[in-house]
Formats: sequence, C-alpha cells, structure tokens
Amino acid sequence: MPRLQSSAMPPAGTRRRTSARRLLVLLGPALAIILLLFGGGLLLGLLQALGQVPSQTLSTIGGQHFLHVLQDADFTKSLTLTLYIAITSTVIAACISVVLALGLMRWAANSRAINFLLQIPLTVPHLVIALSVILLLTPSGLFSRLFSYLSIISTPADFPLLVNDGWAIGILIVYVWKEVPFITFMLLSVLKNMGVELLEAGSTLNASRGQRFFYIILPIIAPSLGAACLIVFAFTFGAFEVPYLLGRTYPLALPVWAYKNYSDIDLLARPEGIAIGLIIAAIVILAIISSQLLLHFGRKRGLSI
Amino acid sequence: MRPQRLFLLLSLLFTVLLPFLPLVLWSISEKWFYPDLLPQAFGPRAWSYVFGTAGDQLVFGLYISFTLALVTTLVSLVLGIPAGRALGLYDFAGKKLISLLLILPIIVPPLSVAMGLHLWFIRLGLAETFIGVVLVHLIFCLPYTIFVLWGVFTDYNPEFEEQARSLGASPVRVLLQVTLPMILPGITVAALFSFLLSWSQYLSTLIIGGGKMLTLPILLFSLMDSGDRPVAAAVSLVFILPAMLALLASAHNLGRHGLQGVR
Repeated sequence: MPRLQSSAMPPAGTRRRTSARRLLVLLGPALAIILLLFGGGLLLGLLQALGQVPSQTLSTIGGQHFLHVLQDADFTKSLTLTLYIAITSTVIAACISVVLALGLMRWAANSRAINFLLQIPLTVPHLVIALSVILLLTPSGLFSRLFSYLSIISTPADFPLLVNDGWAIGILIVYVWKEVPFITFMLLSVLKNMGVELLEAGSTLNASRGQRFFYIILPIIAPSLGAACLIVFAFTFGAFEVPYLLGRTYPLALPVWAYKNYSDIDLLARPEGIAIGLIIAAIVILAIISSQLLLHFGRKRGLSI
Repeated sequence: MRPQRLFLLLSLLFTVLLPFLPLVLWSISEKWFYPDLLPQAFGPRAWSYVFGTAGDQLVFGLYISFTLALVTTLVSLVLGIPAGRALGLYDFAGKKLISLLLILPIIVPPLSVAMGLHLWFIRLGLAETFIGVVLVHLIFCLPYTIFVLWGVFTDYNPEFEEQARSLGASPVRVLLQVTLPMILPGITVAALFSFLLSWSQYLSTLIIGGGKMLTLPILLFSLMDSGDRPVAAAVSLVFILPAMLALLASAHNLGRHGLQGVR
C-alpha cells in the first residue's frame, strides 16, 4: 500500500459522525442477514426443541425435550468429557504458546520462514489432521511401526492406546497442534508492540527472569491470551469432526451426541438433538459473558489485567 | 545461528511437518503391512483411483467446494465492506451491541444454528441447494469478514476520496482508483479467511446440503469411514492444496501479516 499520509490530512481514525440513514445503508444488509440466519436459526431451533413442530397445528409447548436430555445419565458424562477436552486442550495450547511466543518474540518479527511455518497449521482443516493422527498413533500407525522397528515393542497390542482412548489423547493432540499457532500469533502481535524498554527497565532494577515474566510480560499479554483461549475453548467445545473420528463410542462428546440424535431414524429424537445443540450454544455464550464479567470486576478492583 | 534457536527451529519444523509424512507415504503406497516402517511397495494406485476411477466424483467435489467457498467469499465481501466501513470510520450508539451480534455467530458452533435452520430451509426449498449452503456458511464467514474490514477501516482516511472527488473523479473512479487500492491488502486477508472457513466446513454443509452438496470434506469423511487409507490420504492432500497455495501467495504478497488469526 502506498504511503499517502501528508501533514495536511487529519490523522487516520479520527472519530467521525454520520447520519443514521447512511449507517443503515452501510450496515443494514449485513446485520439483517446475520440476525435473520443466526438469530432465526437459534429461535427456530428453540421452538422445535420445545416441541413446536410447524406442520402440527396443535402441539404442546414445553421443556420436556430439554428435561429429558438433562435428566439422561449420559448427559453428565458427555458434558464432563466435552469440558475435559475443551479445557485441557486450551490450557495445554496456551502454555505451549506462551513459551513459544517468548522464544520467538525477537526473532519471529524478522523471520519470514518462522511466520510461514507457523501459518501452515492454521490453514490445514481439522479433518486432515485427524486422519494424520490416525495414521501416526493408532496401534498400526507409523509410531507403532517405528517402535517395532527399534524392537521396543513386539506386537501392535503393546503400543499404548492413543486414539479412541479413554483420555482422548488423539483429540487433544489434534487440537493442540491446530490451536498453538493461533494463540501464538495473537501473543506475538502484542509482544511485538511491547518493545524491549520495559524488560530492560526490569533487568536494570534487578528483576529476575521469573519476576520479569510475572510482573511485566504476563500483565501485557493477559488480555490477548484470555481472548484467544476463549475462542479456542468455544471452538473445541462445539466441534464435531475430531471427537467423532478420534473419540470412543461411549461416552460421546456433546456435539457428536447432538448430531447422532438429530440424524436418528427415530424422528422423535430430532428435537432432543436440537436441544443438545442449544445447550452447547448456551454454555459457550455463558462462558463468554462470565469471562467478560470477571474482567469487568477485575478492572474495578484495580487489577491491571 | 545460536544453538537454542537452531533447536527451536528444528523442533518447530519437525512438529509442523510430521503430520504430512504419513499422508504422503500412504497416498503412494501399494502394499504396507505391519510392522514395516516403510511401504513394501510404492505405486500410483490411490492417485489413479482418485483422478481415474472416482475422478468424476472428486472433480465434482472440488468444483462444489470451490464454488461454494468462492460465492460465500464474494457475498461476504460485498456485504462486509460497507459494514466494516461504517464500523471502522464512524462513531455511533450501539456499536458494542453490534460487535456482540458479530462475535456470537463466530463463537456459537455452526451445528447449533444449522439444526434449527434445517426445517425452515426445507420449507423454503433451500435445503439441499447451493444457495442454502451458501447462506449457512455466511452465518460465520460474514462476521469474520466484517471484523477484518472493521480493523482495516479504522486506519483508513476517507479524505483522499473527497480530494479525488474535488479533482473531478467520478464515484466509480474514486472506488476503483482510490478506495480499493488502499484497502486491497485487508480485502485479501478477509477473502482468505472466509474462503478457508467455508472450504473446511463439514457438519453445517452436511445438515443443510443433505446428500446433494458432496463437498471435499464430506467425500473425505466417507472415505475415512470406508477405511481405504491410501485413497483417504490422497484426497486429504488434494483437500489441503488450495490452502497451501493461498498461503504461498499470501506469504509473497502480504509479507509478515499473512494469515494471522485464521482458525
């Protein structure tokens, strides 16, 4: 982009005002589509989950489908599994990202190779990585073959179960591989603007490495880290493909359970599938609102985060 | 290069590239029984199946995926550029509410919305149609596009347009020669985001598109269920190809900003 800035011009980003009419023309179409499709989708889903089927003129509206789902013994197990997958993968990815961002901070800004390398996982769909993890980590996978070649194991059965396993290891690996670059880029963009002055001031004042991390770097990256983690959590909580392909058949992750009910031959299961989908949406929205509230109260109490 | 840096670079290189190794090996293997580390026989069976025997289906899948992503991206841009401009340039009441309205479709899983929309789309005749799937992809592609362009227009100075107008340029000429060149890098990033989001979408396409819109991810999913590893590996390599090309192009044009933020 050519640099056109001249001193005769007011600085870009000056707060301007315009007529409501013009705003409506610019924003109206996009917002209408989002409101109609997104809001409409949730609302119509809610109606169906409440037992209101449009073709039947008289049907009872009630929470029986929600109640049925919530009282199902499998619900708690599914919810626990889904929360476990989302929280664990987010926390692991966040820790790796912080270490990686610090390691790369002065280097990545100038290295195209590093930037390019980190962008690769961003563009590869989860589905492809799930397939790759199957080919790498199942008992007949590449790692098992390698261990067998090195005579560490003698049969595929000796290889630990890492896919379709109880601890969802395969699922976590896919998510961590995919999400680390995303969080790292969010952190790097903050660290790039931070400059070295604060850290130099810190070391002049004899701050140890740990002190510099906890009192200088962490407060600066915390908002971006939090936002990135929230996005990752929301995504992993509601994603279908990876737990479907790499998970066990019981208990199912919530999104898998939702779709399984929705696509059931028994049409009565369909409203329950939609109800589970709405419960997932509600949990994700609640997570956002509560984190915003926490942030708000944190600020009120004078925390610098 | 310092040894720590070399170690970091090598471990990054290994971690990022490792998942592609089994995909490539399986796609060119003819015979690969346990416990051999490498295939007993290499051969083009999977690739000739993908482009020969099942060629029609795969090419059609590529075509559907590509046109779906392209149309979704174009509609997102046409609607998103004015919206991003309004949000980036002007101050007005209700901006926070609008940003919440835009964040929600990005955060809420597509499956929750698609299941609710399905019945409605069936009634409107949009289920199992191209337009129906574009509409369901727009739900998250459009907000993403608007967010990117919102950022672009925050750093944009509209007075260049006024200057051009005062020098006698027509509105169309202003758009083509002043506005578009200035926001082009931002548009490229937004378009890549939107394209890749639509390209890798699985479940919402399946719910709304039914059995009719057989995009690449849907074909790949059924191949994985069928258990033909070489063919699934070959298709998955075809599946990531456009993303890799986009990445190379963007690395060339966009320099260091690249695709930051794509999930």
